[in-house]
Amino acid sequence: MPTKQFKRSDGRKLDGIRAMEAKVGVVPNANGSAMFSFGDTIAIAAVYGPRKMHPQHKQDPEKGTLRCNYSMLSFSVSDRIRPGPNRRSTEISKITEWALEPVLMIKKYPNMAIDVHINILQANASTRCAGINAAALALAHAGIPMRDMVSSVSIGKIDKQLVVDLNKDEEDWEDGEGSTDIPITMTSHDGLTHIQLDGRITSKELKEAIELARKATKEIYEVQKKALKDSVKEIK
Amino acid sequence: MSGIKDIMETSNLTEKRIKEYLAEGKRFDGRKPGEFREISIETGVSKKAEGSARVKIGKTEVIVGIKLDVSEPYPDSLDKGKLMVTSELLPLSSPRFESGPPRFPAIELGRLIDRAIRESKFIQFEKLCIKKGEKVWAVFIDIYSINDDGNLIDAAGIGALVALKTAKFPKYDEKNEKVLHEELTTKKIPLSKEIPIMVTVHKIGDNILVDPTLEEEDINEVRITIGGTTDGTIFSMQKGNPKEISIEDIYKILDLAEKTRKKVFLNIEKFLK
Repeated sequence: MPTKQFKRSDGRKLDGIRAMEAKVGVVPNANGSAMFSFGDTIAIAAVYGPRKMHPQHKQDPEKGTLRCNYSMLSFSVSDRIRPGPNRRSTEISKITEWALEPVLMIKKYPNMAIDVHINILQANASTRCAGINAAALALAHAGIPMRDMVSSVSIGKIDKQLVVDLNKDEEDWEDGEGSTDIPITMTSHDGLTHIQLDGRITSKELKEAIELARKATKEIYEVQKKALKDSVKEIK
Repeated sequence: MSGIKDIMETSNLTEKRIKEYLAEGKRFDGRKPGEFREISIETGVSKKAEGSARVKIGKTEVIVGIKLDVSEPYPDSLDKGKLMVTSELLPLSSPRFESGPPRFPAIELGRLIDRAIRESKFIQFEKLCIKKGEKVWAVFIDIYSINDDGNLIDAAGIGALVALKTAKFPKYDEKNEKVLHEELTTKKIPLSKEIPIMVTVHKIGDNILVDPTLEEEDINEVRITIGGTTDGTIFSMQKGNPKEISIEDIYKILDLAEKTRKKVFLNIEKFLK
């Protein structure tokens, strides 16, 4: 580890996650819903289903089908995004499915679809991670049986320094070795369901990054758990 | 691939046999788990393209073409060239591919190649500026599958590198602001020495392997595509498929990918000079 202390633009510790907020039941119409935020990055997710899969030819008699749809609202970033799907959002939608499906007991729902809609209201990097965290909560809130929870965080490398939960300034860092973004999703039992990487890193540093993610996702898991527990209290 | 197309996928019986073989470190075609099929490369497959390559890995084949054009820079990088990578899984290349707008596998393939090349800074975009804020060169890498017998991703990665290496700039008539695609110059695309080689590692049962045939690819549980150099720098990575994996297995995959990058590089080295 470099001895020089790297200062983060928002004053966080190197392994500090931005203030997190999580709440379930934000969309009353949905079977399950949640919001999750990392600082200024806010995601909301809603689950519809399990319900009959349409079109019918897409029905899978062996298991249910998880369909995720990630979308950034047009005004969630400085330069307006043209509404509708693009290549990036198509990929993130699929990645989100892959990140969530391992913990879902989806075999219980043959011929059914579980639709998860994720919208980013406000973006300051790590939107796919916030989206996955919200979606996992929404699925639990919908009462769909899950083996485990998943929690997602982005590990970054800014020049040579590893940090947890990248913000936009850090994502755009260009000096030295620049910025490397490594979003990772894990179960509470250290199973990895999603990893991506963009940038420049050695395999040794990458291994350290995965270890940081392991610790950070534990923290996120506690926030998710609390949100779910709080929602039950309200009903009482 | 899912739904009605399942009928063409690897049968349960074949899956069982593949796994039995892998348990003994063997594969149907006699390869070891960490072994690639033969790679063959041909360049200049389309005279109209600024650069092109045909890559075969066993029976898998892709064609990659490069076009260069002059366009406006992106607002956030006014003095840098642009990169666009697209891929099409041609219906001619497999009974599983249908015509129509690109579906997810084609979109993902393009993005995987795009990110490995972009993040590695293989193309020196700052040298592709013609007039700051007004005109820059745009590099288009277009990938087409010709025959899919597994591992299109790695074939496309090799194809993109080789095609970029062979590409030559067309003449640019600055006065009339026209690119003369018919008149290629001898000038090549400025590339860096760090070559991003893409290797996808697949996990089937407890085994990890590279360069799957289609039957093997069908039954993989996890795949991880890694773009990096032969000396261990990693530029891009993406896990595919809805299965979880242990940290320990990720480490094994990173090691196998690094070893394989070296082997692939030796195979394609003479096309990258």
